[in-house]
Amino acid sequence: MNALIKIDAAAAAPLLRQQGITNLSRRQLLGLGAGALLLGGLLSTGKASAQPTPVAVKPGTRVPAFLVIGPDNSFKLLSPFVEGGQGINTGTAQIVGEELDVNPARFEVECAPPGADYAVVGGMRMTGGSFSTRSSYELMRRLGATARDMLIRAAAARLNVPASTLTTDDGHVVDAGSLRIPYGALAAEALALTPADDVKLRDPATFRYIRKPVARLDVRAKSTGRAEYAIDQKVEGMLYAAVQHAPVLGTEPVRLINESVARGMPGVHDVHLLPGAVAVTADSWYRARQAVEALQVSWSAPPASGFDAVAADYSSSAILTALKSSSVAGERAEAVGDTKASFAGAAKIIEADYEAPYLVHGQLEPPSSIARFNADGALEMWTPNQMPELFQSIAAKLAGLTPEKVILHSPILGGFFGRHFAYGQSNPFQQAILLAKATGRPVKVLWSREEEFKMDAVRPLSFSRFRGAVGKDGMPVAIQVRTVGEGPLGRWFGAAASGGAVDSSAVEGIVEKPYDIPNRSMEYVKFVHPVTIAFWRSVGHSMNDFFYEAFFDEMADAGNKDPFELRRTLLANKPRHLKLLETVGTLSGGWKRGPFDVGGTKRARGVSMASPFGSETATIAEVSIERGEVRVHDLWIAFDPGSIVNPAIVKSQVESAAALGLSAALFEELAYEKGKRLSHNYDDYPILARDAMPRVHVEIVESGAPMGGVGEPGLPGIAPAVVNAVAALTGRHIRALPLAKAKFGA
Amino acid sequence: MTTINVNGQAYEVAVEPETPLLWILRDTLGLTGTKYGCGIAQCGACTVLVDGQAIRSCQMPVDSVGSADIRTIEAIERDEIGRKVVEAWVQEQVPQCGYCQSGQVMAATALLKQNPHPTDSDIADAMTNLCRCGTYNRVASAIHQAAG
Repeated sequence: MNALIKIDAAAAAPLLRQQGITNLSRRQLLGLGAGALLLGGLLSTGKASAQPTPVAVKPGTRVPAFLVIGPDNSFKLLSPFVEGGQGINTGTAQIVGEELDVNPARFEVECAPPGADYAVVGGMRMTGGSFSTRSSYELMRRLGATARDMLIRAAAARLNVPASTLTTDDGHVVDAGSLRIPYGALAAEALALTPADDVKLRDPATFRYIRKPVARLDVRAKSTGRAEYAIDQKVEGMLYAAVQHAPVLGTEPVRLINESVARGMPGVHDVHLLPGAVAVTADSWYRARQAVEALQVSWSAPPASGFDAVAADYSSSAILTALKSSSVAGERAEAVGDTKASFAGAAKIIEADYEAPYLVHGQLEPPSSIARFNADGALEMWTPNQMPELFQSIAAKLAGLTPEKVILHSPILGGFFGRHFAYGQSNPFQQAILLAKATGRPVKVLWSREEEFKMDAVRPLSFSRFRGAVGKDGMPVAIQVRTVGEGPLGRWFGAAASGGAVDSSAVEGIVEKPYDIPNRSMEYVKFVHPVTIAFWRSVGHSMNDFFYEAFFDEMADAGNKDPFELRRTLLANKPRHLKLLETVGTLSGGWKRGPFDVGGTKRARGVSMASPFGSETATIAEVSIERGEVRVHDLWIAFDPGSIVNPAIVKSQVESAAALGLSAALFEELAYEKGKRLSHNYDDYPILARDAMPRVHVEIVESGAPMGGVGEPGLPGIAPAVVNAVAALTGRHIRALPLAKAKFGA
Repeated sequence: MTTINVNGQAYEVAVEPETPLLWILRDTLGLTGTKYGCGIAQCGACTVLVDGQAIRSCQMPVDSVGSADIRTIEAIERDEIGRKVVEAWVQEQVPQCGYCQSGQVMAATALLKQNPHPTDSDIADAMTNLCRCGTYNRVASAIHQAAG
């Protein structure tokens, strides 16, 4: 049996290090401006490659790598990013189109193949971390402007006139008279020219597309079933494969008890053992699934107990207990002032343990992957992914090829939220390669929803212990937090990328809060989960801002302060945050905590703030209790990403992040018992449906601060705003999500 | 051999009788606009019209289809109401990842065929399709818009 390539820090980090990016924390990634992108990037030569290092490419600069201008004046944009709902294809077309002088509506955008040109996120390539627009904005503008300049020069040379007499108009080079040459007629000559490295960018005051609510390029295709996802791909002669994974992660198939039964079922081609799974290949996926699920498999035994692997007695309650009872000394994550003395002199001390469960991504498109070995020995793959070069390098290693011999297609994603990074056994593409090798045919592996629930990499179950000291005047004087757990950044990219001993993806949202609490002491203890953990929309912020902002309201209550007013006081020296807080107050019709009466029912409001991914949010939620459960009526969100590209898409993203944040706050929990996951599909893992969707009111504030992220930041403020509203209504501070676990009197 | 009528055309398919309609549409006929999401009729990504009613095709065995008139998202713009729904979806910029939207559009079309002017509460009752991007409010706005 072939082993899968283990993708852990050891596999991923060399890809980063090879280009000299060491010690690259998220913060550092964020801080790298476009000007710093001189690195060769995450080149397609992985560690396994024997190829000489290619000539260094300055990512984002070679026009032909990004733009294909057809003779019919059609425009195809090869994007460094993959579209998964966040609107990046439209946004990138707006940015390039603005400077190229082509209406973005004319662009066809697809995710570019692997290549050094596309390493535009701090010298590497990924679609994640809400990095896409902010990391590539300047670069993509410059690319568009550079291309336009080349087209003008090509026309000038052809006409033998000075370039200064020419200008452009929506895909044409024009002069002062009636001359009008389509870009498409000039492209070949233009691309042969040496690009200028000092082109002038457009004055933002004259923008036609950037900062405008340009319609998404993909809505019609997505409203008529024409958009093609990985699951919709088909290649000539392919077999369909369905799999059954081990019930306990880490165990292996030992014996097939009834192999002949599966072999005898209609359409079955073959039965296969895979690492941690069994598979059936057949002439249709439905037949493959029927057969693989008929297979009775004897699996190896997991360890009896412990946390080094998923054990026979592993449970989410056991690991939570272990996190809570850890007595290991923590690494310092933040330390300001004298916390010890402040607690000694405090008028009041409060303590609280906060926890959040494992979560699945639950994207509607189940993972699939096609692998095909071509006649020339190349491996061609269609696979959902957020890091093409990393997937390419893993595929190459598994197939025993150089990365150049792996052709990778990255179709649009039917939702991702962090699902399609490389997570070891949690992606199907390695199975597709092994099965294509075994059968000598192209193979499409598709995981049933149940297999996806078994294998999805999860948002880590998380725990933090809070202590707060309140002075005689009711003001918080000190806060102390101990976080025990593990973040995905350290797991998948190593300590060097995640910020050293303190994994930034485990403590973000607890450290560097804007409030002027003079004494702060935050510590982090790494406790490795035996399960596959993941990036999940807004990552550490997804639980940590809930922890911190909910505890903030506990401190406010302890000091008899209104939580909105207390935030205002503690943000007196933070004009950006203060403005956002006041904006959300106004947006909601003026702050009122309640409880107050609406149509005979009591309601209340809660407020929260978060600083995720270089952006800022302030959120207010209004709730009531209906039939013992929390009902959210309205969410008001003031959102400051510094500056924006498309206000309509930004608004959609904030709405979407709010919905997912609310889904997690109200309903979601993936629990383990006896080594197995207790959820199998949407019937026993409820996600937000229409009946629980509140009104969402979004106001965008452009403070002019450096551009922040958009896709994720709307999420973290939701759970604390809701929980704080529930506290205002019921007097109960809920410290464990989801709220569905707490029952309230009617 | 089973004969089914899809988008006004008859197809003969050689499959086991319990095969769900979804997989015949997707893998046998290549009509991949209809999506697989959960396989247990929870999410609605596989919604098609069977004699004008919204049906979750992942749980409909092909031998129960008979001579019913099956309409999929591929034929949506040939339907007068379907066309209005699509225009409203574009106008309201409903889709994000888009994966659930074929099913949402089919369910909305079925709703408007039966109830040309649905209230919010009618929409809540009829539109139970899941959307992980949380486009529910825009779906509702688009249905109101399509209703005129």
